[in-house]
Amino acid sequence: MTATASSAATSEVQDDRPYLEVDDLRVQFKTEDGIVRAVDGISFKLERGRTLGIVGESGSGKSVTSLTVLGLHNMARTRVTGSVRVNGREIVGLDEEKVRRMRGRDMAMIFQDPLSALHPYYTIGRQIAEAYLVHHPGQKAKAKRRAIEMLDRVGIPQPQRRYDSYPHEFSGGMRQRAMIAMALVNDPSLLIADEPTTALDVTVQAQILDLLDDLQREFNSAIIMITHDLGVVSRVANDVMVMYGGHAIEFGSVDQVLTEPQHPYTWGLLQSVPSLRGNAEDDLDPIPGSPPSLINLPSGCAFHPRCAYRMIGGGPCDLEVPELLPTAQEGHVVACHLPENERRRIFAEEIKLGAE
Amino acid sequence: MARYLIRRILLAVLTMFAVSIVTFLLFFAVPTSPAYVMCGKQCDAHAIAQTEHRLGLDEPTYVQYGQFMKGMVAGRTYGTGDLAVKCPAPCLGFSFRTNEPVTDIIKRTVPVTVSIVVGALVIQTVLGVGLGMISALKRGSVFDKTAVGVSLVGASMQIYFFGPILLLIFVYSLHVLPNPGYTSPFDNPGQWFTQLLLPWATLGFLNSAIYARLSRAQMLETLSEDFVRTARAKGLPKRKVYARHALRAAITPIVTIAGLDLGGALGGAVITETVFGVNGLGRTAVQAVNDLNLPVVMGTVLLAAFFIIVMNIIVDVLYSVIDPRVRLG
Repeated sequence: MTATASSAATSEVQDDRPYLEVDDLRVQFKTEDGIVRAVDGISFKLERGRTLGIVGESGSGKSVTSLTVLGLHNMARTRVTGSVRVNGREIVGLDEEKVRRMRGRDMAMIFQDPLSALHPYYTIGRQIAEAYLVHHPGQKAKAKRRAIEMLDRVGIPQPQRRYDSYPHEFSGGMRQRAMIAMALVNDPSLLIADEPTTALDVTVQAQILDLLDDLQREFNSAIIMITHDLGVVSRVANDVMVMYGGHAIEFGSVDQVLTEPQHPYTWGLLQSVPSLRGNAEDDLDPIPGSPPSLINLPSGCAFHPRCAYRMIGGGPCDLEVPELLPTAQEGHVVACHLPENERRRIFAEEIKLGAE
Repeated sequence: MARYLIRRILLAVLTMFAVSIVTFLLFFAVPTSPAYVMCGKQCDAHAIAQTEHRLGLDEPTYVQYGQFMKGMVAGRTYGTGDLAVKCPAPCLGFSFRTNEPVTDIIKRTVPVTVSIVVGALVIQTVLGVGLGMISALKRGSVFDKTAVGVSLVGASMQIYFFGPILLLIFVYSLHVLPNPGYTSPFDNPGQWFTQLLLPWATLGFLNSAIYARLSRAQMLETLSEDFVRTARAKGLPKRKVYARHALRAAITPIVTIAGLDLGGALGGAVITETVFGVNGLGRTAVQAVNDLNLPVVMGTVLLAAFFIIVMNIIVDVLYSVIDPRVRLG
């Protein structure tokens, strides 16, 4: 009796706290050119049933963050500090073997390009069943049944027959469905999707996003959606974290970040999205310059060399790294030296978003 | 599959046909007549003419070629009357030098070359691929650096230098191995093994260097593939990630190269056979070219071409077995 009571109590406690808690995560790796600070002090929390969108250019640290959560980084060459808690369990510094056992069962990942992410020599079914067998050793027949069940669940027609197909015999969308089936075969509570729709055409993108949405409701899983596509974010995410140069520079709910963004970099991201209703003659407004090198970040605010509103020459932008500070709206934090009033004014008066 | 094989075999026959024509033409492009080479010091125009007539070399080239092909397909009779000698198909003729049927020479020398080449291939793939794979998995370690260094030495070392040194050490100084030679494994397997051990080790070690470097590079490339990351993301233990996912993909090109190597080497491990004084196909072929011994040259060259073509077909079929994306057709 006592045992049941206490286990019930602990599971309740675990349901209360966020499934994933990342606190001051820093990831560095040594290269011949110097130390790469791929992730430099990221914190966020994610509850079951919610989706966090992580947005940023290539090299902003978004993929490294997710690989670290899964423990898929190269342990020998990478230095990870801070804390990553999955279901209350600290991952950073945890024995590699123990992280492996959690991988695929507690947290799973969907990769960007399903053609290269699936093994070309093994059938789809075998690869899904293998993912099940890792965590349910010896249950071969059940693994096959489960794989077929999952193929069916992600909407692959004739799953019984498709079980024996090879990845190259699937279309791009089908492959991504199979990838999702593989990630979900062990009912993980945390699903990390790294640009899951980038390699797909638009109609298939929509289907895949709908599928993820359905599955999230069904399994009550937490999802991290890594993307550079703001359309995807607005569609699926509850919260958004914008990353730049290994830092989080803006965080808030989808509405806050996409409709009232306060960071000049986020403005830039939004302005570089084409709009269906805008004037076809208008040029897109790309952000000038290119993403910074993570080995040699610009001083102060990493974005200041590309920022149209920077305050330099005695000003703080090139000297001090801005902190993520709360804004007037609860839950919305921004790392920018501009005063909040000024940011609101600039956004209202100068920034024209294509969609509006 | 069947259609593919039929097409490949027809193509192979055509290739062999072309090889035989080119060899024949090249042979007669040599400015010396085989009769000169054969009749030695006391030679006059009459003797040469007689020898040429005896060997059929006084006929036009196309007639000789026609006779050769007829012999291959239907057999052929040499001489006339009581002196006639029947040569059943496939007739490759008789050696100009020893009058031994070329088919007998081939039957005698092929097992020698096959023994040497296959033994060496086993050593070079096991040693080379093994070293390469371990190197790749322990990239940057002392083991890796040593293996890369040793394989660089091995790849740049020559068999005519390394072979005699091993001979000197193991046969002439330490007396632990017999002088290399060939004994049929069906007569005396022990002797077959000890006599060929040195050629195997030399050829195997030197060739393993290339295999080690190749498989290391292949494995490193495969380890950075997305599907290896997927395998890890599933939670598979390292051992299975490497063996089942990475190795399977990395080994494919090595199979191809090993197969083609085997085909080429079966045509004659010329240098190895010469260094160790073993009379295999390669040494016989070189000797035949030096002697302008046309029937033996034709026989050995065609056989070498045959091995290469057959191994090519086998490798292609094997490839489609290993990689489901490859369709034969």
